[in-house]
Amino acid sequence: MKTYFQYPFLIGMIFLFAYLIYLYVRWYTKLSRFDKVRFKKFWGTKKVWRAIYDSINDGLLHASIFKKNPVLGYMHMSLAFGWFLLIVIGHLEVVVAKGGFNFPFYYAIFFRYFEPVHATTTAQIFAAVMDFLLLFILVGVALAITKRFYKKIFGMKHTTKLKPLDKVALYSLWAIFPLRLFAESCSAAVYHNGSFLTNTTGAWIGNIANNPVIYQSSWWLYSFALCFFFIALPFSRYMHIPTEIYYIFLRNAGIKTKKNWESYAQIQLYSCSRCGVCLDACQLYDAGISDVQSVYFLQFIRNKEDAEKPLFGCLICGRCQVECPVHLNLNDLRTALRIKASKPLTFSYSYTQKPEQQSADTIYFAGCMTHLTPGIKKSMAKIFDYAGEKVWFMDEDKSICCGRPLMLAGQYDSAAQLIEKNTELIKASGAKNLILSCPYCYKVFKEDYMLPDINIKFHANYIKELIDQKKLPDTKLNNTVIYHDPCELGRGMNIYQEPRDVIEHYSHRIPLQKSKDKDKAICCGAGLGGINLTGDAKNIMTHNAMTYFDKFNPDILVTACPLCKKTFVRDRRLDVLDIAELVVKAIEQPNEPKALPHKEKSYAVS
Amino acid sequence: MGDLDFIKVKHLHIDYDKLDLNLLNKVLQEETSFQWCISCGCCTASCSAGNHTTFNVRRISLLLRRGEIESLEKELEKCMLCGKCTLVCPRDIQLRNVVMSIKKNILKYKMTAL
Repeated sequence: MKTYFQYPFLIGMIFLFAYLIYLYVRWYTKLSRFDKVRFKKFWGTKKVWRAIYDSINDGLLHASIFKKNPVLGYMHMSLAFGWFLLIVIGHLEVVVAKGGFNFPFYYAIFFRYFEPVHATTTAQIFAAVMDFLLLFILVGVALAITKRFYKKIFGMKHTTKLKPLDKVALYSLWAIFPLRLFAESCSAAVYHNGSFLTNTTGAWIGNIANNPVIYQSSWWLYSFALCFFFIALPFSRYMHIPTEIYYIFLRNAGIKTKKNWESYAQIQLYSCSRCGVCLDACQLYDAGISDVQSVYFLQFIRNKEDAEKPLFGCLICGRCQVECPVHLNLNDLRTALRIKASKPLTFSYSYTQKPEQQSADTIYFAGCMTHLTPGIKKSMAKIFDYAGEKVWFMDEDKSICCGRPLMLAGQYDSAAQLIEKNTELIKASGAKNLILSCPYCYKVFKEDYMLPDINIKFHANYIKELIDQKKLPDTKLNNTVIYHDPCELGRGMNIYQEPRDVIEHYSHRIPLQKSKDKDKAICCGAGLGGINLTGDAKNIMTHNAMTYFDKFNPDILVTACPLCKKTFVRDRRLDVLDIAELVVKAIEQPNEPKALPHKEKSYAVS
Repeated sequence: MGDLDFIKVKHLHIDYDKLDLNLLNKVLQEETSFQWCISCGCCTASCSAGNHTTFNVRRISLLLRRGEIESLEKELEKCMLCGKCTLVCPRDIQLRNVVMSIKKNILKYKMTAL
């Protein structure tokens, strides 16, 4: 008997594959020449196994979402891994039943229709497995529908808003599996070729399933649901399914996000699954801002909408990047677009005066922000004295900015002028060590300055070295301290341990979070990335951060960033010290042991 | 009146009939906090660029209000965007965004003027 109901499915499938191949090839050809070489060389190395492992782990099993919330993880896994197994085992079933590969490829999709009789034990086992997988997915679909209404059980405060084409794709995806159940149940009712699930539901609907019109249309509906999903897929968020695998392989090949927006960035854009995990990571929600978050921002870019405000409204704290289950380089993507958006703006620093050139072994560069918090400068000077280090305080007067604030505004070319000026001064001094007390400076000096002969150290690392060399007095403060990880230092430069070691050496640290969660530290709210945020928005985030710290009831809040310090001191609930100030406080305290000081709040009135 | 020499300095006169306030309005619309400025001078005192040259945030405000777009554009090129002014401002004015906003809008203004 000739059948026609497979055609909608076939049309959808062919369209999808043709479009995907077109996109894949286009993206590949637009990769830079070096990236192409990298990708070609990647095949045949051990990294391929890593990529396959990542594809299975992230693409099918969704392990990182599982770790975040098991119910949410199950929902994603059942749809991805369940459907994958349904396709693979479905084809295997046909191969076993047919005893070969001599069948059209859509045969497995509509197998219960084409092969109504199955008498052997093997066929019954297959039917049971297929029923189990269908049930596995249906539970996932039920959870997905529930999530739209009760997101709390998934540990989510927010779910993503949808575009019309997303809705077509989403509703057809939801429809596919119930319709498959209905169609297979109809077959089971007529031919009893199902198993525990389809036979049971088949028995319920036995009366209507025997009607040939309903029987035929059940399979037509299933085919149409597939067709709609496949055609809507490339224009909806489900494009992440094929793109993510591509991205995983490119990522494992060692390709990096560039400063200009190019093919690799485009692939990442399409890899965003809009799962919404980044939404809850974003502190801007506290301030009532709900269009800057990475998922919406990428959606604006993909839909070619005006995204200037959200582009410059992000703190670039990197919390979403850490949480992203697809491991997108969200900070780099945003920076690439900021560079593009602010390209026509120019700055010129020909006016700068040179500070008095000195030659020294060690240079201290305080940076703009440290100049605003003179306590840090003074403490560093004392530490240098204790260590007996002769230091040239390079930007004591006539300081020139490191360039990082300009870069965060997308002004890489302008920053290059400042970088050149500072580089010249440092090279002329003949120094071997450069010590910085600001994480913003540290990041740019480490990553963008060409200073191969100079040992660039963050002050916490330097102090740690001095402690190890026993150059600083051994004292301990009798108070409790919590340490706030600055975004640029922790997530930006991956320095977590040294500041903790220094603090634990001089005081008693209360841990804020489990050490595996250290990269989820909150932002002070004043990150230099947030260009067009209002003062109120920043203050709300700072206030909430302080409320969070205050719960631990420490004597002192210690940070390692002058910007964080300057921000936090405005909220006067806790004493805020930089790590250098803590060290000096510990060294200079009177030597006789003191009882634990009673904690007094500075604003308390009694 | 003939003794009042400052009136004779024609180039310092502002002709209110010809003054184009579009740029000022646009900037104030984008960064409303700029209108809270009390000209206290904290920003200028802390400024990194101001340490090297005569760069002065209050002058930026003045030039913007006087509609002297060419001088304004030239002056703003000196800003290092370090953000100290924003942190010290007692009125919580987001000066980094003021600078970016003026620069962006001057560009737009010039595009439309062509």
